[in-house]
Amino acid sequence: MSSTIVSLPDQSTARIPKTNFITKENGLLSWLLTGDHKRIAILYLISITFFFFIGGALAGLIRLELLTPQSDLMATDTYNKVFTMHGVVMIFLFLVPSVPATLGNFLIPIMLGAKDLALPKINLLSWYLYVVGGILVLYTMISGGVDTGWTFTTPLSTHYVNTNVMSTGLAVFIAGFSSIFTGLNFIVTIHKMRCPGMTWFRMPLFVWSHYAASILMVLGTPVLAIAIVLVALERTVGIGVFDPTKGGDPLLFQHLFWFYSHPAVYIMILPGMGVISEVISTFSRKRVFGYTAVAFSSVAIAVFGFFVWAHHMFIMGISNYAMLVFSLLTMLVAVPSAIKIFNWTFTLYKGSITFETPMLYAFGFMGLFTIGGLTGVFLGTSGTDIHLTETYFIVAHFHFVMVGGMLMAFLSGIHFWWPKITGRMYPEKISQLAAVVTFIGFNFTFFPQFILGTLGMPRRYAAYPPEFQVLNVFSTAGASILGVGYLLPILYLTWSLKYGEIAGNNPWQATGLEWQIQSPPLTENFTVTPIMDHEAYDYEWLENEKAKEVASVG
Amino acid sequence: MSDSTAIANGAPEAHGITHGHGEHPSYQRHHFESVAQQADATNFAMWLFLLTEIMFFGGLFTAYLIYRNWYYPAFVAASHQLNVWWGTANTGVLISSSFTMAMGVWCAETRRKSGLVLCLVLTFLLGLVFLGIKTIEYSEKIEKHHVPGFHYSVQAFTNPASDPDTYKEYKDQPMPLDMARHTEIYFFLYFAMTGMHALHMIIGIAILGFMILKARTGAYTGGHVTFVENFGLYWHFVDIIWIFLFPLLYLISRHQ
Repeated sequence: MSSTIVSLPDQSTARIPKTNFITKENGLLSWLLTGDHKRIAILYLISITFFFFIGGALAGLIRLELLTPQSDLMATDTYNKVFTMHGVVMIFLFLVPSVPATLGNFLIPIMLGAKDLALPKINLLSWYLYVVGGILVLYTMISGGVDTGWTFTTPLSTHYVNTNVMSTGLAVFIAGFSSIFTGLNFIVTIHKMRCPGMTWFRMPLFVWSHYAASILMVLGTPVLAIAIVLVALERTVGIGVFDPTKGGDPLLFQHLFWFYSHPAVYIMILPGMGVISEVISTFSRKRVFGYTAVAFSSVAIAVFGFFVWAHHMFIMGISNYAMLVFSLLTMLVAVPSAIKIFNWTFTLYKGSITFETPMLYAFGFMGLFTIGGLTGVFLGTSGTDIHLTETYFIVAHFHFVMVGGMLMAFLSGIHFWWPKITGRMYPEKISQLAAVVTFIGFNFTFFPQFILGTLGMPRRYAAYPPEFQVLNVFSTAGASILGVGYLLPILYLTWSLKYGEIAGNNPWQATGLEWQIQSPPLTENFTVTPIMDHEAYDYEWLENEKAKEVASVG
Repeated sequence: MSDSTAIANGAPEAHGITHGHGEHPSYQRHHFESVAQQADATNFAMWLFLLTEIMFFGGLFTAYLIYRNWYYPAFVAASHQLNVWWGTANTGVLISSSFTMAMGVWCAETRRKSGLVLCLVLTFLLGLVFLGIKTIEYSEKIEKHHVPGFHYSVQAFTNPASDPDTYKEYKDQPMPLDMARHTEIYFFLYFAMTGMHALHMIIGIAILGFMILKARTGAYTGGHVTFVENFGLYWHFVDIIWIFLFPLLYLISRHQ
C-alpha cells in the first residue's frame, strides 16, 4: 500500500524549466514595475511574511507580559499599544491580504485559464498601496504607537487618547484601498477572463470562495474608509458626528465600523476555505462532495455576513429587538459554514486519504475552525454574550477562527502550491513535524483562554488576579511552541528554494489547470489558451490524460 | 456593448477568439484575447468601482438619515441657510456637463476628433463653474460661522431675526439652544457630503484636463474609446450623487 501520492520526476534528469516567470526578466525594476500577477503575488508574499513576523513578535510580548499577574515587563499603557499594534498588523497587513493577495493572485488567473488578472496595473497599484499602509504602520510604531485597540473605538479614539490615531487611521484607509482593488480585480477576472469551456460550475472552489470574499472586500471596505475619514475629521476638526455633547452618536461609529469589520472576518476566512477545498479533494482523490452546495455556501456566507454586524454591539445599548434579530442572523451564518465542514468530511469518506503536509494543516483547520465556529454561536447568543464578551473567551474564539483556521489554511496552501510557485518541493518530514508542532502549540496557547474567559478574565489588561496564573503560564508556554511551529516553515521553505527536489508539473497529481502547466509557470501561463472540457476535480479525466501522455511518449 | 462601440471597433478582430500577436491593435493589452473582452472587462471594473463609491457615500447617507430623523427641526432651520437658487443653478450646470460628457463619448465612438475636444472642454468648464458656485456658497458659510468645529455659531437659529436675509424669506421661529446646537450636525453633513462630492469633481476635472490634451492628439478617436467611456461613467456617477444631495440638503422643508 502506498501512503503517498507524490509523483516526482526522475530527479537525476529533471530540470527547472529555463524560461519561467521568475527567470524571464532580471533586476529589481523588473519586479517593482511588473504587471505579472505571479510576481506581484510573490511581492505580496514577502511583505506579508515580514509583517506577520512583526505581528508575531508583538504577540510574543503580550504573552510574556501575561506570564505573571503583575504588569512588570512593560508599563500598562505600553501593553495597550502592543496589543493594538498586534491587532492592526495582523488584521490589516496579514490576515486580510494573506491568501487572496498571495495564492489568490498567483492562482486565480491560472485556474481560469487566463494569462493574467484583468487589470494588471491595478494589481500592482494595490501592492504599492499595501506597502504605503505598511510603512505608515511602522512609522506609527516607531513614533510611539497607538492604544485604541484595532477597533478605533469612539470616543476614546476621537477625544481621549493622545497617540498616533491619525497615522494608523491613514494606514488602514490606504491598506483598505489595496484590498478593494484586489477584490475588484478578482471579480472582473472571474466574470470576464474565463477560458472557453470554463463555466461557473466548472471553476475550482478556490475561485468561488475568492469570488465571495471579493464581494465583501468591494462592498465592505469603502464603509470602513468613510468611518475612518469621519474619525479623522472628528479628531482634527471636531465636527461632532460621534460626539454626544454635540448631538452626535458614538454608536454610529460602531455600526459603520462593524459593517466592514464583521464581513472582514469572512474576507479573512473564505479564501482559506477555498484552499481547504482544493487540498482535501487532492489528498483524498475525490471530487469535493456537494460541489454546488460548497460553492453556494461561500456566497451565502458573504451575503449573511453583511447582516450580522450588530452582534459586536450587544453590550453597547442597542435595542432588545435588534439583539434578537442580529442574534438569529448570526446563527444563520453557522449553516453555510457547517455545510462546508460536513461536505469536506463527506469528501474524506471512502477517499484514498494521504497525509502530506498540506493535508495535515487542512485537518488542523477543520478541527480548530469547528471549535472556533461553535464558540461563535455561544457569542451570538445574546444571553451568554453579555457574560463572555470582552473576556478571554472572545480572544480564544477569534484566534481559533483566525489563527487556527485562517493561518492553518494559509500554511496549508503555501505548502500545497509551493512546488508550483518555486518549482521545488519542500522537505516533507520536517514540514509534517512543523504542522503537528503548530497544532499542539496552538491548542496549548488558546484552549486555556476559553477557560480563562468563562472564569471572567477580561481582555486588554496587562495585569490579572493571581488565581489565573496557571492557565496563563500554559498559554504563554504554548505560544513559544507555536512560535517554533511558525519559524520552521520559514527556515525549510527558504532552504528548499535552492536544495528542494525538483517538483515537476504535477507532484500531487491534482486536477486543477494550474497543475497541467510547467512549474514555475511561464509569464503568460499557457502557451495556448486552454479549453476546459471536464468538471472540476475530475480524477478520471486526469488518469486518461496521463494514459494518453504515456501512449504518445511510448 | 453598444452598437456604436461595435462600429468604433469595426475591425474583425473585435469578434475573434484567438489570434497571433501580430494582428492585435496597439491598444490591446497582451493578456486579453480580444478587444471586445478588454473593453468588456474594463467597463465592468468601472461599474464595480462605482459600486464601492456608492458604499463610500453610503456611510454618509446613513448618518444623514439617522440625524435628520432625530433633529428634524434643526435640519429644516439649517437648510434655510443654503441658497436654493445657487443650488438649482449648480444642478443645472452639472446636468449640462453630463450632457456634454455623453456627447463626448458619442463623438469618440463615431471618431469625431474636434467634436470630442469641444465636448471635453465644455465639460471641463462646466465643472469649474460648479466648483466656483460651490466656493461662493462655502465662503458665505465661513462668514456666518457655520463651519462645524471652527467657532461654530448658533445665533442664526436661537435668534433668527439676527440674520435678516434668511428671516425675511422663511420667518423661522427661534429654537431652544438644545435643538439649535444640532444644526452643527447638519452643517457637518453638508460639508462632508458636498466636500466629498467636490473632491470627486476636482479629481474628475484633473482627469478631464489630461484627456483634453490626449484627445487633441487623436488618442481616443482611433477606435479605442474605453477610457472616455469609463470616465463618462464616473462623471455621470458624480452627477447622480449631486442629484441626491441637492434635495436632501437644500429642499428639506419644501414640501410643507
